[in-house]
Amino acid sequence: MLNIEISQIKIIAAKEFRDRIRNRWVIAVSLIFTAFALAIAYFGSAQQGEVGLRNIEVTIASLVSLVIYLIPLIALILGYDAIVGERERGSLDLLLSMPLTRLELILGKFLGLSAALACATLVGFGLVGLLLAYQIDLNALYHYIGFMVSTILLGMVFLSLAVMVSVIAKDRARASGGAISVWFLFVLVYDLILLGLLVLSGGSFGEEFFPLLLLLNPADIFRILNIFSMEDIKVFYGLATVFPASLSNPWLLSSMMLAWIIMPLTVAFWRFK
Amino acid sequence: MFKYYGEVLAVDGMTLTIHKGETLGLIGHNGAGKSTLFKMMLGLIPQTSGEININGTSVNGGAFRELRRSIGYLPENVVFYENLTGLETLQFFASLKGCKLNTCLPLLEKLGLAHAANRRVDGYSKGMRQRLGFAQALLGKPRILFLDEPTTGLDPEAIREFYTILQELNAQGVTVVITSHILSEIQERVQRLAVLKSGKLHALGTVQELREAVDLPLAIHVQTSCSTDAVEAILQGVALEALILTGNSVVIHCQRNHKMEVLRRLGSLGGALLDVVVKEPTLEDVFLGYAA
Repeated sequence: MLNIEISQIKIIAAKEFRDRIRNRWVIAVSLIFTAFALAIAYFGSAQQGEVGLRNIEVTIASLVSLVIYLIPLIALILGYDAIVGERERGSLDLLLSMPLTRLELILGKFLGLSAALACATLVGFGLVGLLLAYQIDLNALYHYIGFMVSTILLGMVFLSLAVMVSVIAKDRARASGGAISVWFLFVLVYDLILLGLLVLSGGSFGEEFFPLLLLLNPADIFRILNIFSMEDIKVFYGLATVFPASLSNPWLLSSMMLAWIIMPLTVAFWRFK
Repeated sequence: MFKYYGEVLAVDGMTLTIHKGETLGLIGHNGAGKSTLFKMMLGLIPQTSGEININGTSVNGGAFRELRRSIGYLPENVVFYENLTGLETLQFFASLKGCKLNTCLPLLEKLGLAHAANRRVDGYSKGMRQRLGFAQALLGKPRILFLDEPTTGLDPEAIREFYTILQELNAQGVTVVITSHILSEIQERVQRLAVLKSGKLHALGTVQELREAVDLPLAIHVQTSCSTDAVEAILQGVALEALILTGNSVVIHCQRNHKMEVLRRLGSLGGALLDVVVKEPTLEDVFLGYAA
């Protein structure tokens, strides 16, 4: 029943990707990532009175804290305009009059923007990874690669949310408001509320389902995915300690991330008429 | 078919057959339902009830992709991506339509845009954008063209060129549906006209048929060397709509079936009759008669 032509998705995706290369979006974001990653890798151990490329696990943990704020914001800014922008400028009618379905348009936009964000992530953090590579062991390198992959997944989750906002919003102003709200909700407010409930109830609030509530926030999944595998780091994070090992399976967590990518796109498709 | 936007009835029980190979003009005031009709015919928006078929195939059905490849569409106030060049724009749509990229440059040449092919669209004038839009509609040699206000922003020469191309296409059997606000412009160039009013098909036919159907009076402009009283005198007894006398000229408004009677009587003026011009009601008159 689903009438999908991959070639049409590719054409839309290629245009989105090429646009971001040409307007230097990819290079600008890559540079931001490189600069942050370098600064964190170099000064990350300053608290312990050291400066220089030292502990990869501390570096990754610091990068996670940075990425958890930065990537959702960048992804939402990148994606909120995707559909509503075409609608507001008036180019959507012509686009939809092509032999192209709305689903293909949504997927093409999403994948093209994802590719741009992934490219910036890989270049930005990859450069620093190469710098670190010669002095860290294979296990640490594996963590770093895992960090980059999960960063891309996190970006895709928020791109998916951004595309959903872009389909639902009536105009660009509302879409940008919606995107900012999504950022506030998942990155700032959600954890705050959970922590507040936990503290208010003296720690007795939802002992069983508290970890499940964390899984409902893609930013938290990202955090757990990255720090749970590192014994040294785990103890630094209060949240991670309330998290049972049974739910920390990276495959389960990655599946949750995938679900978070698919769900908003599904809503977007459903609402896109 | 019917189309509701929420509570608003945009298309109200319209039945319309467009013949293969014809050029059909759609006229109507803003909000009469022209653009909605176009979008429904393209399958861009679903009709509330009713059915739209092209060559027996539903525009909303699974075969829409094949249909769209055979349709060229120029939306009203076409908008392109400002960051692409004219050629890139055309190539983007060509790839979506599944036609060869090397057909793009010849199309730009045909529309007189070859010199600007590698310039970004944000530097294009309104007329150039419109021509690029037309080029886009011609991608893939469509069998059907939907053109919504295609000559907006074009200078007179470009309008002439536009209609020359349209004529060529029509000669090749391409079906054209066109809307325009400049009625005098399309009345010579379409085979049939559909007049829309408040979402209804108000009238349909050739320009001549529409004129006759509304039965607007003709205007006969007369120059004489005799007094206008003499003209008035010889026209005694003929049913006239109006008689306007100014100096040596007379304007007579009469029904079509009285035209020959009026002309015969004017003939009796002999040498005093200097000039006679019979003016048919213009399409504007018909249009206003129908749609106003």
